[in-house]
Amino acid sequence: MDEAVVPILTLNEVTKAFPGVVANDSIDIRVMPGQIHALLGENGAGKSTLVQILYGMLRPDAGTVFWNGHPVKIYGPAEARNLGIGMVFQHFSLFEAMTVLENVALALNEERDMAKIRKRVIEVSHGYGLPLDPDRYVHSLSVGERQRIEIVRCLLQDPKLLILDEPTSVLTPQETEKLFKTLRKLASEGCAILYISHKLREVKTLCETATILRAGRVVANCDPREETAQSLAELMIGQRISSTSRAARENSGGDRIRVTNLSMKPEDEFGIALDDISLTVKRGEVLGVAGVAGNGQKELMAAMSGEARPMEQPDAIWFDGVPVAALGPAARRALGAVFVPEERNGHSAVRDMTLSENAFLTAARRMKLMIRGLMCRSSIRKFAGDVVSRFDVRTTGVTAQAGSLSGGNLQKFIVGREILQDPGIMVISQPTWGVDAGAAVTIRQALLNLAHRGCAILLISQDLDEIFEVCDRIVVIAKGRVSGAREIESVSVDEVGLLMGGFGVVEVNTGMVARRAHDD
Amino acid sequence: MDFVPFVLTVITASTPLLLAATGELVTERSGVLNLGVEGMMLVGAIAAFAAASATGSAILGVLAGAIAGIATATIFGFLTLTMLANQVATGLALTIFGIGFSALIGASFVGFALDPLPKLNIAGLSGVPVLGAIFFGQDALVYLSFGMLSAVAWVLTRTRLGLILKAVGESHDSAHALGHPVILIRYGAVLFGGAMSGLAGAYLSLAYTPLWAENMSAGRGWIALALVVFATWRPGRLLFGAYMFGAITILQLHAQGWGVVIPSQFMSMLPYLATVLVLVLISSDRIRIRLNAPQCIGKVFHPAQ
Repeated sequence: MDEAVVPILTLNEVTKAFPGVVANDSIDIRVMPGQIHALLGENGAGKSTLVQILYGMLRPDAGTVFWNGHPVKIYGPAEARNLGIGMVFQHFSLFEAMTVLENVALALNEERDMAKIRKRVIEVSHGYGLPLDPDRYVHSLSVGERQRIEIVRCLLQDPKLLILDEPTSVLTPQETEKLFKTLRKLASEGCAILYISHKLREVKTLCETATILRAGRVVANCDPREETAQSLAELMIGQRISSTSRAARENSGGDRIRVTNLSMKPEDEFGIALDDISLTVKRGEVLGVAGVAGNGQKELMAAMSGEARPMEQPDAIWFDGVPVAALGPAARRALGAVFVPEERNGHSAVRDMTLSENAFLTAARRMKLMIRGLMCRSSIRKFAGDVVSRFDVRTTGVTAQAGSLSGGNLQKFIVGREILQDPGIMVISQPTWGVDAGAAVTIRQALLNLAHRGCAILLISQDLDEIFEVCDRIVVIAKGRVSGAREIESVSVDEVGLLMGGFGVVEVNTGMVARRAHDD
Repeated sequence: MDFVPFVLTVITASTPLLLAATGELVTERSGVLNLGVEGMMLVGAIAAFAAASATGSAILGVLAGAIAGIATATIFGFLTLTMLANQVATGLALTIFGIGFSALIGASFVGFALDPLPKLNIAGLSGVPVLGAIFFGQDALVYLSFGMLSAVAWVLTRTRLGLILKAVGESHDSAHALGHPVILIRYGAVLFGGAMSGLAGAYLSLAYTPLWAENMSAGRGWIALALVVFATWRPGRLLFGAYMFGAITILQLHAQGWGVVIPSQFMSMLPYLATVLVLVLISSDRIRIRLNAPQCIGKVFHPAQ
């Protein structure tokens, strides 16, 4: 390495402890300008703490941060941004009741002119292949679209160091490739990139150097291109990682889920209309719904769970031969269906309630956790404890608040809570988004085992690896319509990727942005 | 019933509501629920009355009202924003404090009367029939109430400051993550709310009834609070709600004079019922409410260190 080049960022023995755990223990890292540097580690390894220190949201207990060779103390995010540090959060820091444009404007210190910001949002989002409509409200956008806002927001600040926390969890292969192009372009312009991930294949294709964290310590520095995925995984986890196994199944059973010609207007004006959707899921089968974020997955999930009901079409959805389109979520659950929506915090679990209480919320009836309307504490504790032990949820106990668990552990708990209710039908959305490799394997294996026992599973996911690993058949959703189902063995990743864009989704989005630009 | 006197009394009845509610709207938009409006109004009222009768200057009286409102709001801000006390409990305590404190200070002023706040004669047009008295002959606080409401509407929709204020109320964690000074912004909003409540109090004791009476705000602070919520935190609807309440209050007084056979208690209920009903009807759009309601309202903000 050229000795004359000063690292843009150097961490020297940075230490941060929380009550009961040392999150970062004497961390040393050097990031060079123009370098794409991976920060690898399982959930709970201390990656998030470290980036929060870099972004000024936490103060280190000990150690020094050097910026361009000078020691700095970063007292807040505004200061971090002034230094030239941009951050794309894993849990987005967006304002749902505001437009894309307003969200971007809030992150800019210098530019105050909304018309100019709008122009730059369109330029940058277009130039880097991240189409955004500045006037849409964030609450109406999908996770993938929200991430684009975060990235565009950082790019507008001309960062010297861009930190990305698990950025590809919600992207299609094509979108990921586009993002990588964006990042490589940025790096070639001299911007350093700190790329936090546990997806080893991505790190190997993108990054030039990697720092691997385990339990708060740096366990290795390496060039990921010279390592194998297996060797990286072993460094990261400290042991060999298993993969899912699927027993041979016979899909000879009847249809447990049948959706015929389901059309629904979205609940809010920015949602996606479901357009003539038909699909079936047989006993013991996993049907995957692939698609780019924001193409109707949220609406499909709501229609399946009963949160949105197609009242004019009472025959559109059947569970086990019963028409359920007019029924609400509780009535559908009573028929043996369970639902795991995409958003962990606030939708499938209540952050500020304990694990026991969260277990009670969906399992009360089926697991008989209620006696004459009163909560039966001992059986609730036992049920929650079962979930914790059978699904390897790392927590201090069933009285821990749901919000205190890491993403992967909370997701294991939520999926476990539904699976232990022995459902006949499961509809699950993005089960492994933002979840570490170990937890993802646990969850996918649990889905396979559940299907093996005869449950029909509708899996809505943007992670194609996951769909190919778990599903028997696949449909692709685009612009609120689904393609015909295909046997998973008969399609390739590329074909599915083309189907995802094949309805002209990407073109429509960029067209919209271009039209807005023209209107201005 | 003559039209011009009717409109004039409606304006008088609506102005204190509009002033206090405008301040509270800003406070709530920043994510702080200050239930102490009634208390701040009373403290503002007695401070304005005392200053005006001591100095003989109406301007000093109005200023004293605003400053007293700010001072009272500072107590609230310190307790809830710095000491992280519960906002609901603190606000209720502030109202009780305001009632008692103003009564204590005001004991020696009971029975005094002042000249009412002078009516302005804008551009010499107050003599124009009908329109003159209504549009060009009001006192300064009436114009100020419209001016402040317009200013607040403009700041909220058109300026970066307004955007940041809404962001802080929408998600203080996200705003903090972007580096916006959450606590500072909220202090600003709380103190602005205090100043406006103080002005509303000053209007009561200097213009509405230019004398001091114990607990003279008579629940107007609570009405202002309710108006903010029913107006779904939107300035335009706040104006509508405040004037509708004022108009029906005056109308039912007249109606009692006409000898309508409805019991007067029911007539007294009318402004409350009608305001609630109309505002509920116009705010039944769930998405609009979702977009305007500050999500962090009443929540304590303490960043991790």
